[in-house]
Amino acid sequence: MFPERAVADGLVDAAHLAEVQGRSLWKDARIRFFRNKAAVVALFCLIAICIFAFFGGYLAQYERDAIDFTLSGPNAYKGVPSFATGHYFGTDADGRDLFARTVQGTRISLLVGIVGALIAVVVGTLYGAVSGYFGGRTDGLMMRTVDILMSVPYMFVLILMLVIFGKSILMLFVGIGLISWLDMARIARGQTLTIKNKEFVEAAIAIGVRPMRIILRHIVPNLAGIVVVYSTLLIPGMIITESFISFLGLGVQEPNTSLGALISRGASQMQYGVIWQLAFPLFFFIITLFAFFFVGDGLRDALDPKDR
Amino acid sequence: MYSFVFRRLAVAVPTILILIVLSFMLMFAAPGGPFNSDRPLSPTVMANIEARYGLDQPYWKQMWNYTVNVVTRFDFGPSFQYRDRTVNDVISQGFPVTLTYGSWSFVVAVVFGLALGIMAAIRHNSWLDYLAVGISIGAQVLPNFVMAPILVLVFTLWLGWLPGGGWNGGQWEYVILPVVALSTSYMASIARIMRSSMLEVMNAGFIRTARAKGLPIHRIILRHALKPALLPVLSYLGPAFVSMITGSVIIDVYFSTGGIGQFFVNSAFSRDYSVIMGITILVGVLTILFNLVVDVLYAWIDPKIRY
Amino acid sequence: MSIKATLLASGAAVLIGLSGAVYAQATHPVTGEALAADQTFTYRILDEFPSFDPQLAEDVSGGEIIRDLWEGLMNQDADGNLEPGVATGYTVSDDKLVYTFTLRDTAKWSNGDPVTANDFVYAWRRAADPATASEYAWFMELMSIQNASEILAGEMAPDMLGVRAVDDLTFEATITQPLPYYAQMTTHYTTFPTHQATIEEFGDQWTRPENIVSNGAYMLTEHIPAERSVRTRNPMYWDNENTIIETVVALVINDENQALTRYLAGELDRTEVPAGQYPRLAEEYPDEALSFPLLCSYYYNINLTDTGPEALQDVRVRQALSLAIDRDIIVNNVLAGGQVPAYTLTHWATAGFEVPEVAAATMTQEERNAAAVALLAEAGYGADGMPLSVEILYNTSEAHQSVAVAIGQMWKQTLGVDSTLANQEWQTFLEARGNQNYELARAGWCGDYNEASTFLDIVTTSSGYNDSKFSNAELDALMAEAKTSEDPLPLYTEAEQIVATELPILPVYHYASVYMLNDAIQNWPVNNVQQNWYSRDIYKIAE
Repeated sequence: MFPERAVADGLVDAAHLAEVQGRSLWKDARIRFFRNKAAVVALFCLIAICIFAFFGGYLAQYERDAIDFTLSGPNAYKGVPSFATGHYFGTDADGRDLFARTVQGTRISLLVGIVGALIAVVVGTLYGAVSGYFGGRTDGLMMRTVDILMSVPYMFVLILMLVIFGKSILMLFVGIGLISWLDMARIARGQTLTIKNKEFVEAAIAIGVRPMRIILRHIVPNLAGIVVVYSTLLIPGMIITESFISFLGLGVQEPNTSLGALISRGASQMQYGVIWQLAFPLFFFIITLFAFFFVGDGLRDALDPKDR
Repeated sequence: MYSFVFRRLAVAVPTILILIVLSFMLMFAAPGGPFNSDRPLSPTVMANIEARYGLDQPYWKQMWNYTVNVVTRFDFGPSFQYRDRTVNDVISQGFPVTLTYGSWSFVVAVVFGLALGIMAAIRHNSWLDYLAVGISIGAQVLPNFVMAPILVLVFTLWLGWLPGGGWNGGQWEYVILPVVALSTSYMASIARIMRSSMLEVMNAGFIRTARAKGLPIHRIILRHALKPALLPVLSYLGPAFVSMITGSVIIDVYFSTGGIGQFFVNSAFSRDYSVIMGITILVGVLTILFNLVVDVLYAWIDPKIRY
Repeated sequence: MSIKATLLASGAAVLIGLSGAVYAQATHPVTGEALAADQTFTYRILDEFPSFDPQLAEDVSGGEIIRDLWEGLMNQDADGNLEPGVATGYTVSDDKLVYTFTLRDTAKWSNGDPVTANDFVYAWRRAADPATASEYAWFMELMSIQNASEILAGEMAPDMLGVRAVDDLTFEATITQPLPYYAQMTTHYTTFPTHQATIEEFGDQWTRPENIVSNGAYMLTEHIPAERSVRTRNPMYWDNENTIIETVVALVINDENQALTRYLAGELDRTEVPAGQYPRLAEEYPDEALSFPLLCSYYYNINLTDTGPEALQDVRVRQALSLAIDRDIIVNNVLAGGQVPAYTLTHWATAGFEVPEVAAATMTQEERNAAAVALLAEAGYGADGMPLSVEILYNTSEAHQSVAVAIGQMWKQTLGVDSTLANQEWQTFLEARGNQNYELARAGWCGDYNEASTFLDIVTTSSGYNDSKFSNAELDALMAEAKTSEDPLPLYTEAEQIVATELPILPVYHYASVYMLNDAIQNWPVNNVQQNWYSRDIYKIAE
């Protein structure tokens, strides 16, 4: 009738073990993330691209600024991608090795995308959540500031930065960061307006939790889904904005390049029989974006406490 | 609600004024001027030009005169670059163009984006989910300045179906390509935000109740899930709509539509101060207006939201 | 006459009349080629022009429209030589200071008013008047018209300008120093007549299609800024029977590759060829791809003031840098449009000019490279000496970037000189270059008239366009003497030699116009180096 002593002991041991190996919410999220096949594939792609961007230079046979004059201008159509010549991706319109340039361009664009997304997430979410939570005049003031900053002619801010600080890569990130958080702030505020009326927030207020703590511990985590998704949506826009900033003279200067600049140059040459000049940078651009998007969706699904 | 709207409109006025002051300061601080050219002008001619356009006065006075003109007579001044046009001319010619293709792009992007997002959310993690997201992403990741030339290559040069640019008063053949190029940039964003938001709503308690009651899925979506899921989409659509109707420079440049997006960038590059200010104010007014509309819609969606 | 005869006669008359009209439209009156039914010429312009008011315009596209809408005293023929415009001819006084133009009595404005000498007096005064705020007012000064400088400086009233209408059909201009190319300057659009009553009535809006009054071969019928402008035949033009093209459409297309696509789709009759594409297009479309000289030179300014880099103050360094540029590669491999390498400043196709023999031009590139290395070592820089690094400033554009990248690499590979490339948007760039806030800055200069002094004047000390701040007393003296000399060519040659030795600028290449032109368009003035073309001279043949 009763279990034998050994079995009973085993049961007690098992119970202890189960207690110790408790699962935290983060571990739950991680397990859910890795169950999402698309997200895992995307994550591997991202890691592969990072390796390519930061270490691909060792594979390149040419410097990124060395010109082969026999392949420039009207002879660009001869710069076909081939393993034999060492121009794995072919050459660009000026006769420079596209592989080396794509490696370097991907590096800059990845940094731009990540830094911009980070600033948007950190600054934009906090700003929006604070504004939405406090409401009233604070909200009015903060959101009107956002309205003004959205309407100000951005190009002049950049030109001024160029004049004051001179051209530097750092200014590029500052320039990107200045506008990336505005839309995020609006989205975060919108969601906060709904979340702050929920019962658990009411309960927290009733207990006497201080506002900043409510915002950080209760509201922001509930924004996580939307914030993660939207921050990945910002990345392509920022890579393109970077090429505009460099156009003004502020960001990346020759012989350095970025994916935006490579794609722009390649697109202008696309009907002249040199399609690889567009194809390779565009390929990396698209793969990077797909990867970020699917990772973002995967994160959203993983962090959603109620997802089945 | 009325008092809220009224208060916001009242606040809009000082907001625009601050925008004007800030933009003026930025413009004047930037190097160069509207009459700087490859061949510098003689000092007397330059002095005359500046006197004619009031550029020789101290900055605060220029700002003051400008603001007074705008507020009392809606006179945005002459264009410094185009000698026979005023800013009102430039905007009244360019804005309808951008408004037309912007509005159509908005409609297309919203319809397709919402549909794809909802489909992806209902069939979460199925092939339909990935396909829907994949389509919208594929449409978005191609940057405008790659898509526009490809569209012209395919539809004008190879197929000969559509004209390669121009506006011609807005006949439909000239509107199609700009709308396609512009709407695809926003479709994926709308789809993904809708999907994400819809997924969160579908997991809520009241949806579970509706399912338990046996309601058909389309009823659940349309009657119960859609409204709350729309909230973050709306937050995104406010600024997105404004940017669509104030124009994409790329669309204007590649399709030669004569819209204000291109005017704005050109006037910024040639330091045509009055056109820059005119368009900045237009963008500012539209931004404030549509953010207000979005806020009002928030309250309609979620009755618990109080201002 | 019997009814039958009458019918026959009237029938014949009608036929002859009809065939006459058909004849004028169906075949070219001189060459007899079959003309196309649709005589519309559509071409592309890069940007919306700021103005096509003749006294206010300042750019090439504005000039193209102005030459069709208005007509000045003289025109240029297909080779760039003078031919009568509103004026049938001119005489010069013995001291060469007074030009008297005789106007034809058949010239009319598009509203029927006759064109008189007063219209020219009004227009020229308007150009010089500081109140007009014309950006080309300096052209009046360049023409050395009496009192022009004082009027521009605001010291005299505009009606003191040295021009007068002797009578309705005689226009007289007095200049302060003899200028052999003076009559050529009246082909420039700033000197074109404008209709006083219209301007006084409509003010700034007078160039709108509904208000405008013009005396040229065409009238403006439509203008949508940043999209298109349309001009159609002006029946009041005195030479209207010889105008064949009915309508001219200018489309604003910012992106040159897009413009090429639309040209190939048949939407345009003329567009520019993007850099590097000419050889391929010339092979695929031999009758449509054209390249001919354009009166402009491309060079790099060197900052010779104290704010410039010390190394570049040494003339040997400048010579080394100039020698190390492989201009053949730039012209053949980067641009590939028929441009010509430049070792001197003045364009080779300038009228009455011969490019002087400069040592650098006759060497091979290996010899040049060797000489460059030697010079640089002598100055103490380069591989064995101090490292040298320069910054090349240019305004953002793919073509400028390609050239700068190429030159930077040439300096690196040959001399071991590092270069950083800095691109800036146009206004910021102009400020930097104009204030000597650069080390090397890209520049281009187009001739205002077809004579060498238009180029060499920019390196004189007093020139407002001398961005290098180069000052050489000998060169100034030579240019001053050339103005009054009977045979300025030896003086120009000497001046060029000074430029080639002192190198305040590094000449790179002389421009060429590179177009795709619909082969149905005939009589394009390919020999006109200033590319002053008139729509009334061209015509379209039937395919």
